[in-house]
Amino acid sequence: MIAGAAADRVAPPGPGLGGRLREWAPAAGAFLGALAAWELLVRGLGLKQFILPSPVAIGAAVGQYLPELWAATSYTLVEILLGLMIGMVAGLLAGIVTARFGGFRESVLPFAIAANSVPIIAFAPIFNNWFGIDKQLSKAMIAAVICFFPVMINTVRGLTSASPAALELMRSYAASDAEVFRKVRIPAAMPFVFTALRVATTLATIGAIIGEYFGAPKVSLGQYIVTYSSYLNFERSWAAIVFACAIGIGLYVAVVLVERVVAPWTLERGGG
Amino acid sequence: MTVPQGGAAATPVRAPGGAGPVVDLRAVSKVFAAAGRGAVRPVEALAGIDLAIERGEFVSLIGPSGCGKSTLLRVIGDLTPATTGTVTVNGKAADRARRDRDYGMVFQAPVLFDWRTVQKNVELPLEIIGRPRGEREARAREMLDLVELAEFTGHHPWQLSGGMQQRVAIARALALDPAILLMDEPFGALDEMTRERMNLELLRIWERTGTTVVFVTHSIPEAVFLSTRVVVMSARPGRITDVVPVDLPRSRGVETRELERYFELVTRVRESLRGGEGAAGAPARVRAEGLSA
Repeated sequence: MIAGAAADRVAPPGPGLGGRLREWAPAAGAFLGALAAWELLVRGLGLKQFILPSPVAIGAAVGQYLPELWAATSYTLVEILLGLMIGMVAGLLAGIVTARFGGFRESVLPFAIAANSVPIIAFAPIFNNWFGIDKQLSKAMIAAVICFFPVMINTVRGLTSASPAALELMRSYAASDAEVFRKVRIPAAMPFVFTALRVATTLATIGAIIGEYFGAPKVSLGQYIVTYSSYLNFERSWAAIVFACAIGIGLYVAVVLVERVVAPWTLERGGG
Repeated sequence: MTVPQGGAAATPVRAPGGAGPVVDLRAVSKVFAAAGRGAVRPVEALAGIDLAIERGEFVSLIGPSGCGKSTLLRVIGDLTPATTGTVTVNGKAADRARRDRDYGMVFQAPVLFDWRTVQKNVELPLEIIGRPRGEREARAREMLDLVELAEFTGHHPWQLSGGMQQRVAIARALALDPAILLMDEPFGALDEMTRERMNLELLRIWERTGTTVVFVTHSIPEAVFLSTRVVVMSARPGRITDVVPVDLPRSRGVETRELERYFELVTRVRESLRGGEGAAGAPARVRAEGLSA
């Protein structure tokens, strides 16, 4: 009797390759459609390249200047990765300390939340001054500071998100604080932390590139965009923007892949 | 099974015989300090609780919302300390009993961890007490077999229905073979059909394991169907107003719910609950507050 009742809810089968393709098809179609519309619009209206270059023109620029674009991309990517690393580690550590000690939570967290709404990018020229305008470290530090606050805040929220019942359950087993932390608080924090990390990848990319706008070697993506915009050579600016987009999307996807390995339940739950 | 006669309000209720009760509460009270913005005065949640529960009993705590039945359960389980009085479990102070892992807890929510499979959820308490892997796995499988979920060991909690999740929670609570199983409205969130099935299931488990159960519920039929004794409580402050021994046949099934004696006992508990509002010795003013709240 019970077994019969049990059979009514079993695991939904995961989507196969065909299912995946069907899931992605609408998004891919919309993207290609938008590119086509863009191309037709530019040609139809006869827009000048300095207003809006066509996708084909941008594609041509990507092909033509690939070596220097690649050099600029890898230069900027190093800044972003370094910044992400510093911001993430510092944010996680600060979050753990703040979550662990109630006093910190009450005194520090409000400031962190306030700081999170400050436009940290405004400090970019000052960071350039502190860490060297021609140094990758100055942009990495901007990226790090921008990432720090969301990672820290979400870490605190995640670590304190375990339900009172879950904590009581652990109490009924006379589990130590360390066990509660390891077996309940840390796994419970995973969805929060990964949400923050996804946001952090985008913020770090923005931080580094904007930081470069205020001064950086010519070989950086930010300076590449600024330089060729000032020459009204907009295909080349757009070509660099394509690479900047690729970095942002690539890092985002990387975080999702890591999450799938480290905390698969956060994605599977709710039928993924 | 010896079942004592129900005592009147505030008289100690003790089952005779045996090597001492599993749970022994004497003059227990619980006062919550006025902490929140809403609560101006301290709240007296429990007052003058005397109750002894013998090994192998199934005791239900029933009463209106706010009568402190969940608080009483949590005091027994040392999840919250009693303000006054003594709580003895298995001959020890409650916090000693908790450290000795004498309790199995089941809450209204199953409280399963999404990051663990069904099997690993049941293994959790065994991990905490440091049992080796092989023993953990065997014991968890045995418990899942007991709640008839043997083929769901590799599933994750969110893939199971509410009733199945609660059965996993019961398997986990029994994993350490606790002296006493504390259940706080475990089937309160389930639909009526599932609930009745779970009641049968729980009785079967109780008969097989012989564990002592303290069970908090809102449902009179559920309390009568499951219990060897029903403890009736009244609100503000929470007191025991009546104890109804349930003398239904020990081996119960679907047909038990159709026995005349079953209906008599349901009526008896219902009248107790109704009478309890007046018989609790609480002043009329407090009662009026209780009704408006």
